[in-house]
Amino acid sequence: MRRRHVLGAGLAIAVAGMAGSAMAQSEIKIGEINSYSLLPAFTEPYRKGWQLAVEEVNAAGGINGKKLVVISKDDGGKPADATTAANELVSSENVAMLTGTFLSNIGLAVSDFANQKKVFFLAAEPLTDAITWSKGNRYTFRLRPSNYMQAAMLVEEAAKLPAKRWATIAPNYEYGQSAVAVFKKLMSEKRPDIQWVDEQWPPQGKIDAGPVVQAVAAANPEAILNVTFGADLVKLVREGNTRGLFKSRAVVSFLTGEPEYLDPLKDETPEGWIVTGYPWYDIKTPDHDKFLKAYQAKFNDYPRLGSIVGYQTIKAAAAILTKANSTDPEKLIAATEGLTMPSPFGEITFRKIDHQSTLGAYVGKTALKDGKGVMVNSVYRKGADYLPSDAEVAKLRPKD
Amino acid sequence: MAFYFVQFLTGLASAASLFLVASGLSIIFGVTRIVNFAHGAFYMLGAYVAFTLTERFSGAFGFWGGIVVAALVVAVVGVLVEMVLLRRIYHAPELFQLLATFGLTLMVQDIVVLIWGPDDLLGRRAPGFKGAVDFFGQNIPSYDLFLIALSPIVLGGLWLLFQRTRWGVLVRAATQDRDMVAALGVNQKWLFTSVFALGVFLAALGGALQIPRDAVHHALDLRIIVEVFVVVVIGGLGSIIGAFVAAVLVSELNAFGILIFPKISIILVFLVMAVVLIIRPWGLFGKPEAAARRTPGLTVTPWRPLTSGERWILLGALALAAMLPLFAGNYALTVGSEIAIFVIFAASLHFLMSVGGLASFGHAAYFGLGAYGVAFLAKAAGLPMIVSLLLGPLLGLLGAAVFGFFAVQLSGVYFAMLTLAFAQIVWSIAFQWVAVTGGDNGILGVWPEKWAASPSAFYWLSLGIAALAVTVLRVIVFSPFGFALRATRDSPLRSEAIGIDGKRVQWTAFVISGTVAGIGGALFAYLKGSVFPDSLGISLSVDALVMVLLGGVETVSGAVIGAIVFKAANIWLVSQTDLSKLVLGGFIVLMVVAFPKGIVGTLEAIRNRWRSPEKKSALATSRIETAE
Amino acid sequence: MSMVPTLLSVEGLSKSYGGVHAVRSVSFELRAGEILALIGPNGAGKSTCFDMLNGQNMPDSGRINLLGEDTVGRKPRAIWRLGVGRTFQITATFPTMTVRENVQVALVSYGRQLFNLWGSTASYAREEAGRLLDLVGMGAYAGRPCGELAYGDLKRLELAIALANQPKLLLMDEPTAGMAPRERIELMRLTARIAREQSIGVLFTEHDMDVVFEHADRILVLNRGSLIAEGSPEQVRGNPQVRAIYLGEGLVYDARHREEAGT
Repeated sequence: MRRRHVLGAGLAIAVAGMAGSAMAQSEIKIGEINSYSLLPAFTEPYRKGWQLAVEEVNAAGGINGKKLVVISKDDGGKPADATTAANELVSSENVAMLTGTFLSNIGLAVSDFANQKKVFFLAAEPLTDAITWSKGNRYTFRLRPSNYMQAAMLVEEAAKLPAKRWATIAPNYEYGQSAVAVFKKLMSEKRPDIQWVDEQWPPQGKIDAGPVVQAVAAANPEAILNVTFGADLVKLVREGNTRGLFKSRAVVSFLTGEPEYLDPLKDETPEGWIVTGYPWYDIKTPDHDKFLKAYQAKFNDYPRLGSIVGYQTIKAAAAILTKANSTDPEKLIAATEGLTMPSPFGEITFRKIDHQSTLGAYVGKTALKDGKGVMVNSVYRKGADYLPSDAEVAKLRPKD
Repeated sequence: MAFYFVQFLTGLASAASLFLVASGLSIIFGVTRIVNFAHGAFYMLGAYVAFTLTERFSGAFGFWGGIVVAALVVAVVGVLVEMVLLRRIYHAPELFQLLATFGLTLMVQDIVVLIWGPDDLLGRRAPGFKGAVDFFGQNIPSYDLFLIALSPIVLGGLWLLFQRTRWGVLVRAATQDRDMVAALGVNQKWLFTSVFALGVFLAALGGALQIPRDAVHHALDLRIIVEVFVVVVIGGLGSIIGAFVAAVLVSELNAFGILIFPKISIILVFLVMAVVLIIRPWGLFGKPEAAARRTPGLTVTPWRPLTSGERWILLGALALAAMLPLFAGNYALTVGSEIAIFVIFAASLHFLMSVGGLASFGHAAYFGLGAYGVAFLAKAAGLPMIVSLLLGPLLGLLGAAVFGFFAVQLSGVYFAMLTLAFAQIVWSIAFQWVAVTGGDNGILGVWPEKWAASPSAFYWLSLGIAALAVTVLRVIVFSPFGFALRATRDSPLRSEAIGIDGKRVQWTAFVISGTVAGIGGALFAYLKGSVFPDSLGISLSVDALVMVLLGGVETVSGAVIGAIVFKAANIWLVSQTDLSKLVLGGFIVLMVVAFPKGIVGTLEAIRNRWRSPEKKSALATSRIETAE
Repeated sequence: MSMVPTLLSVEGLSKSYGGVHAVRSVSFELRAGEILALIGPNGAGKSTCFDMLNGQNMPDSGRINLLGEDTVGRKPRAIWRLGVGRTFQITATFPTMTVRENVQVALVSYGRQLFNLWGSTASYAREEAGRLLDLVGMGAYAGRPCGELAYGDLKRLELAIALANQPKLLLMDEPTAGMAPRERIELMRLTARIAREQSIGVLFTEHDMDVVFEHADRILVLNRGSLIAEGSPEQVRGNPQVRAIYLGEGLVYDARHREEAGT
């Protein structure tokens, strides 16, 4: 059932694309790039999210009367292919802006492309801090809460734990390394008394979970920071459960509360982990209710965090285009800086200082309910509260 | 002490699946000489089918039955693949089967997502093996103990099969000498099919047995295939015992490597493989491969330089290509530049493979080193573009000089695997050494200067360099050096006997090839504006192989056409559909079956037949006369 | 006789494999222009001996003096550079090249142009290649793909390749194996003529006694790794020890060998 929707939507996009040139005057095109073939588990819900948003935007009259059209490309998980796609969207399709991307390196590649070609780019999902800070540029904005923000939210809870001996497990690449670095830095600021007793750096996607679990257990930490995700996380959790690694130890874990990562764990979900995530079943705000109903009605499926990000990306793009009432990149930038708009998580703002949105995340604890993993005691943390001071940000970001 | 023992046991448990899959690959290679790239795909299919069956049928019987049935089902799929696809191409040039199985792998990656959906799937735990056993305060999962016990049982079973059955004797005979088995009057077709079935069964069993420990997802195949190649090569191709010992070695290396070198555990495995191959070129338990016997009377049309007519046609084509900016848009020009760059890359590999007879599986290393060379020079040293373009490829040259020195000591599959190991080492360094290379986030902002910034200027630059590179390589093919290289490829015995230092000739060819690849990489960095570890990765190396094989490995410049067709199809498909892997894989499989000599090779064969039907028959008669 | 220089002198050459003595203290000499046959039944050590002479195999002990140089431990290519041409029992040529190119590669190597990346091989020493091919009667085949040649022609091509470095010594391992009887005689006649004209020493192993007795100036007989007889064809023919060996096994082999060659 689900797949037919996807195919249908794809066809609709293709048709819209073909008809595009004929109706150029009456529509505005957005170019969208993501790792659909490499990471379908994350990008399928994301795609549904933005499809819903496109439908809503057009039902409400489009962009100042013009129809919004999204042209979507797959990057196959390769930065080089993403650049090719970006080029096609900009040069051949004449899109007004670029959006999307999931992987940090692809986000950075497209961001650099946007900077070079002077194209507006709204990065949807990449987490790396570099995209808004050390490698930030005036053409790039980012929606999802960054690595730093996720770390800061987790540190707030982690610092309350009595644990003094900490171990870390993170995939050995830029994301894992910077997540651990930020967490350690913020944590040590709040709790100078803690010790880092072990660190494990399994290769991304290739964790040999048994030995890793065994090694961490041997260091006998009181608490563990986990940054692994996806299939690595599943293996880690299974080995950790069997070998009793998580018994009587606190675990703080990046992103694990997102349905994308939590759901595959099914009845083996470890309980009591402090995580960031998206408890869609537990959020009782009118904004979210509206989104949830519409999403479930359209797709007969529950949303993942990707759905929120996809949905909000296109909503934001529409808001930016409407406010700018132009496709000139400079005007789009001006419209975006300081733009405040509603989202299923509440109001968000695109900061002028670093082009980061203040979309936040839910922090809570994992639990088992009816044989499935859920987040409980979740609290929404506003993104704005977990960013460094403006003076610090100004130092991090290169001058435009 | 208990800790180290448990760590050791954990390593042994990880070795079990690795051994199953590796032994299957080894058996298939031993008999059919096929480097079965799809072995990982069968492993993954085993896991997926087992997942479905064990979800459907509960209880101990359902679980264990599901595992075995899954392996059998996938083995049947393997038989179909062998009969429908591989049988048609056993006589194609070496490595062509690799191309076919690579196409299959691409298809399977999309097919499993279509059938089982995109989400990671969590399989059931094995009934009776859900908990852990306490060992002096350390917990050992009981399923690990089961796996530890299983692999010697499988090893013993295989040993009995090969020692005590007629079929096994035939398989061993075929592994040692294929021609002999053909001479014995054995039905070679069914021997191959049954061996392939057994190999696939073992792979699928290895996959199915992972479901209680792992998540089932569509990237399982790539995760295992490289590691399995490593195991098979360390153990020695065709050796089951070797696969067993190497699987244990690799797994223990992982288990203890993370204690001592937590950050470089992946490099460690490849380092060990490189060292093993340098010291024991045929793996720990392998035997030196008998030099491939060339069929006597093998008719190969000798290469010849272009006639002046052909030269004019090609110049015309080049002029036509140079006129693209007059009517094509910016996107088409950028795609054109990318294709030109891949022409350079493919031509460099083609030179090594087809002229040198050395199939590198890690050629992206030199492409990527060229790209990183440019990125370092342009970003870190701030050198102007021209200087960076000229000096950047030197990093590729340097890499090729160092790695090539060791690699050319080997030949055939072992050469391929050593180049793969070197490429993986370079990739791992780029991926994990964030401080220098930026790691996964790469090096950004490597954009061309103004004079080359416009899509048409960059297109002309790429086209010009591509034309130059292909021409230079062609000149080298017909130079004295080119003949020395071909002589070394054709007959190491004869070339040594006429004073040719084969290793030095091949090393020089390796360096030339690596440098040209580096030139491609240098341009690529400027085209994309950024450099990422991908540009050193396996998938790029495989792309290059595909381009060469597609163009025709027995041609002088087939790779040019192979690169154009493959890259254009690839870019177009990725842009048009999310199922690009399925379509591209299917396309490759069809090409392999339809044009087993590659595109250019097939065209040449047709042309030769067209040209000299009477000359051929005259020769044939003369040969019959002399034979009498 | 003593006026003619010694090309090759072998002293006490020995090699054993796992306790089996393949070659036991073999000594002999070869002079310029002399055609010397090394014969013996299967497994007598001929091939091992040959491989040690051309550098493919390392002797356990003994000395090999080739053209005034000690060659033990040298690679085949280094021995070739001293002026030794070689042919193989199963022809080793370059099947993907034309007949002329096969010879040209050897000439390229002889001219030390192996690392010349820029020249054209097609025009390199074309006349010399043609002359060598004419010499062995292959001139008409120069443009043919080597892979299409009949076996006898391949043998002649190999001889042309072996002559490319203007050798002083030719080492020929079973030069006529696998050929039809008429072709054998022709090839050996050709070899003998060239050797006499250019004063090249020839050492060859051979199974066909007709060929041996017709063309060899001198014959060495190996049995079980040891030299059991040495002398002119007449002397060897009359040697009772040799007769014993060849009546025992050689004739049987010979018949089978002919059968093979006939197919």
